[in-house]
Amino acid sequence: MNTRYLLPTMLTALLSAGVANAATLPEDRTDLLYHSYEGDGADINGPALVVRKSFGDKVSLSGKYYVDSVSSASIDVVTTASAYSEERIETSFGASYLYDATVFSLNVTNSDENDFLGRSYFFSVSQEMFGALTTLSLGYGRGDDTVSRNGDDVFEDEIDRQHYQLGLTQVLTKNWIASVDYEAITDEGFLNNPYRSVRYQDDSTRGYAYESELYPRTRTSNSLSLRTRYYLKHGAALSFDYRYFSDTWDIEAHTVGVGYVHKFRDNWTFEAGYRHYTQTQAEFYSDLFERPQAQNFLARDKELSSFSNHMGRVGVTYAFSKKILPFVERGTVNLYFNRLRFDYENFSDLRVGAPVGEEPLFGFDANVIQFYVSVWY
Amino acid sequence: MRTSLILILLAMLGTSGCASVKIEPWVKPYERANLADPIMSFERDPLAASYLQHVFESREGARGAVGGSHGGCGCN
Repeated sequence: MNTRYLLPTMLTALLSAGVANAATLPEDRTDLLYHSYEGDGADINGPALVVRKSFGDKVSLSGKYYVDSVSSASIDVVTTASAYSEERIETSFGASYLYDATVFSLNVTNSDENDFLGRSYFFSVSQEMFGALTTLSLGYGRGDDTVSRNGDDVFEDEIDRQHYQLGLTQVLTKNWIASVDYEAITDEGFLNNPYRSVRYQDDSTRGYAYESELYPRTRTSNSLSLRTRYYLKHGAALSFDYRYFSDTWDIEAHTVGVGYVHKFRDNWTFEAGYRHYTQTQAEFYSDLFERPQAQNFLARDKELSSFSNHMGRVGVTYAFSKKILPFVERGTVNLYFNRLRFDYENFSDLRVGAPVGEEPLFGFDANVIQFYVSVWY
Repeated sequence: MRTSLILILLAMLGTSGCASVKIEPWVKPYERANLADPIMSFERDPLAASYLQHVFESREGARGAVGGSHGGCGCN
């Protein structure tokens, strides 16, 4: 379906919807997070802070500050460039407005790196219907990015991105809730990574050489997801998530996740989960092209190859109700550990000496830690 | 275009049609204690959830339909 008809279709659905009930604004809370990612020679960590506060019973405002401190010697960097360090700072401002039974939300985000500037806007509307058993939400977002390349004062290009979201959350029974979400994203502009290269066979001793990647300047993707939660007895819940993805670059992906959450006594919550992801390669991807300029578009970016990953997740939350500050009602302290394993099916590990085309396939493990404190007021 | 017109009509029928029919909620407000428990939330902690999505989006080809709004990916 042509995406330009999505927005009118979605708006028609919302405007003709009725039987609304009282909707609510997001909770007043502050989250302070420390995050850490270690894997594939990259170390990315930093703080993040989100503060949300309502004013009166109609308006809620939020602000976000997020930092990625990157120190990278990943396989892409080691084989074709040199290790680097950089920082990405993301700030965003959000406002939600409750009108009758509808919540309107607007979010503006800036992402700032030394070679990438991103600005995005996202507008959404959500409405409860049918005795608050159903929530319909619609969203439209737009991103304007500027891409540059360190060490190259001449190069600069743009990306224009649009998001269309449609979501339906349904209470099925007093213990079971499910949500179906659809999102279409269109991109136009410079979609390559400006540093990455493809390799092709040549007559050198090594047996191959590199040339710059060249991606199409447009991409449209469609995602459809189903998420569901089921409440078990004694303060426990099961979750199941599935997402199907496809795009105009011929990538097709499936994501499946299951989880279990268990409350223990009054203060503790334990969580465990598993996630599996698999995708097919982009049509213009190759680990080794036969010759330079072998086709119109060229990629050897491992994110566009065929691969799968597995993630295991455990976490613990401690809830407290003491007024640690005069205005704080309650809070939580949370620690989550995620272990990921990536296995690539057609991306070779060129760090290993082997005849061209016979290198072993690449794979890596990664650890992701999230430690955060949340307070409600 | 034809597909879109059909979708618009279905959207109108599916929502305004139901609006004229009184649907009795089959889960009463007093039966929603379990649903209101934070462990049943799709995004119990939105900041932590959006961080994890950023980890995935930076390393996977797929994107979207994960709930919540989007910021700049900063994926390059």
